[in-house]
Amino acid sequence: MISSNLSAIFYLVSGVLFILALRGLSSPETSRQGNLFGILGMIIAITVTFLSIGNFSSGFIFVLIFILVGGSIGAFIAYKIPMTAMPELVAGFHSLVGLAAVFVAISAFLNPEAFNLGVSGNIKLGSLIEMSIGAAVGAITFSGSVIAFLKLQGIMSGSPITFKGQHPLNAIILLSIIVLIYFLCSTQSTNLFWFLLATSFLIGFLLIIPIGGADMPVVISMLNSYSGWAAAGIGFTLENTALIITGALVGSSGAILSYIMCKGMNRSFFNVILGGFGATENTSGSSTKEQKPVKSGNADDAAFLMKNASSVIIVPGYGMAVAQAQHALREMVDTLKKNDIKVSYAIHPVAGRMPGHMNVLLAEANVPYDEVFELEEINNDFANADVAFVIGANDVTNPVAKTDPQSPIYGMPVLDVEKCKSVLFVKRSLSPGYAGIDNDLFYKENTLMLFADAKKMTEDITKNL
Amino acid sequence: MEIDPLIFRLSIFILSIFVGYYVVWSVTPSLHTPLMSVTNAISSVIIVGAIIAGLSGNSETIFNTSSIFGFLAIALAAINIFGGFLVTQRMLAMYKKKKKDK
Repeated sequence: MISSNLSAIFYLVSGVLFILALRGLSSPETSRQGNLFGILGMIIAITVTFLSIGNFSSGFIFVLIFILVGGSIGAFIAYKIPMTAMPELVAGFHSLVGLAAVFVAISAFLNPEAFNLGVSGNIKLGSLIEMSIGAAVGAITFSGSVIAFLKLQGIMSGSPITFKGQHPLNAIILLSIIVLIYFLCSTQSTNLFWFLLATSFLIGFLLIIPIGGADMPVVISMLNSYSGWAAAGIGFTLENTALIITGALVGSSGAILSYIMCKGMNRSFFNVILGGFGATENTSGSSTKEQKPVKSGNADDAAFLMKNASSVIIVPGYGMAVAQAQHALREMVDTLKKNDIKVSYAIHPVAGRMPGHMNVLLAEANVPYDEVFELEEINNDFANADVAFVIGANDVTNPVAKTDPQSPIYGMPVLDVEKCKSVLFVKRSLSPGYAGIDNDLFYKENTLMLFADAKKMTEDITKNL
Repeated sequence: MEIDPLIFRLSIFILSIFVGYYVVWSVTPSLHTPLMSVTNAISSVIIVGAIIAGLSGNSETIFNTSSIFGFLAIALAAINIFGGFLVTQRMLAMYKKKKKDK
C-alpha cells in the first residue's frame, strides 16, 4: 500500500503523459511515440490504483479477469475493424465510456464508504453533486452514442427524425434533469437517482434522433466531448487528478472538433444540434432544374481526359467510403503517376462521417500523407489544374455556396472544383446530396458526369489508361 | 483560513482545459480520426474508479450490488483502453511519407 500523496503524484504523471499523447498528434512522425506515452500513462494509472488499494484478496483476481475479458474483446475489435467503419467504432466506444461512467457513479452512490465519500444516505454534498453530474452526462453520452452508432451502421435510417413539439419537449426534459439533481442532493433518495439516470438516457436518445447522417461529424465530436466531461465529473467525485486532467483534455478536444466541423459547414452549433437539416428542402429546387442538359461519359472518355492532363486533383467524399473505392483509386493514381501526371488529393473538412475520415481511408490505401491537402492549402490550385476527379463528394463542391444567398449551404466553404479545365464527377445518379439541393456543377460546360459505382468506374478508368 | 481541496482540483481542471485547447489546435487535421480514438482510450482512465468499486466488497462477499457495477465498468473500460490504443496504433502505422516513388 502506498501513501495517498505518492499515488496522487503518480496520477499527475499519468495525466501529463496523456497530454503528451495528444501533443504527439501534431505530426504523423511524432504520433506513434505519442500513442506510446498514452499507453504508459494508462499502465501507471492502473498500477497505482492497485497499489493504493493494497487489497490483493480474491476480489483482485476478478478485477484481472474482467480486464482480460474486456481487453481481449477490445483488441479483437481493433484488429478486425475495417477502416471504413471507423465512425461506427468511435461512436460505439464513446457509448462504452459513457456507460462505464454511469456504472462507476452507481457504485459510488450505493457504496460511498468504499470511495471515502461519507455513508450511504448521507453522502458529502459536493461529492453528490459531482457524481450526479457525471452520471447524467455519462448517460446522455451512452444513449446518444448508441443512436449515432445505429445511424452510422445503417440499422437506423440516417435521415432526421422530427416531430411536433420536439424542441420544447427536450427543453423540459433538460430542465427537469437540473431539478432532479437539486432534489437528489437535498433528499439523497435512491429512487431519485435511478429516475435521474432514466431521464438522462431518454434525453440522450431524443437529442440525437433529429440529426441527419451527414451531420454525424459534429455529433461524434460532440459526444467525444461529453464523454470527457463525464469522466471529469467522476474524477472530481473520486478526487483523482488523472481523471480530471483527462476529462478536461477530452472535453475540450471534442468541443474544438465540433467547432471545426460546424465551421466547415458554415452552420452554427445550435443549428446542427436542433437538427432536421436537409429534410424539408427536397421538394423546392429540383423541379425547375431537371431540364438542363448534362454531359455524361464513360470510363474511356475519362481516361482520355486524364491521360492528356498534366495535373489532376482528386476530391474524395463519403461515397468513396461507401463504395470502398480507396484502393482502386490509389491504383488509378499510380497509373497516372507512371505517365508523369501530377496528382494531389483535396479534402474538405466535413468530407465523410467523422473528422479526418478521408485521410484515414487514403492512408489505408497507402497514399502518402504529403500528397493529401486540406481545403485552404489546395483551393487555389484548382485554377491551374487540368482535371478534377470528384469521387463520392457532392455538396462540398457546389458553387452555389458562393453565388446564391438563398441556398441553404450559402457561405459554406467549398472546394473550387469548377475552376479546373475539366471536371470528372463520379456519381450514381443526378440526385441531390445531403443538403437536398441541386449541384450546379453537374450542368457546367466543362463537367463530364460518370454515372457508375465509384469503385467500378475507377477500375474501368485504370484499365483504359 | 484553509483552502478547500476542491478549489485545487478545480484549478487543475480549468488549467487542463486550456492545455487541451492549445494542444488540440496544434493537431494536424489529417490526424483528427486518430485523435478521436486516442481521446477515447485515455478517457477510459475512468477504469481507476471502476477498480475501486470492484474491490469495495470485503473478503466474505466479493460480489455486492456496488462491486458488480464496478466489475462491469472495468470490462467496459478495458474494451475501450485496449480497443482505443490498438486501433490508434493501427491507424497511425498507415500514415506514411512518400518514399517508394514509382
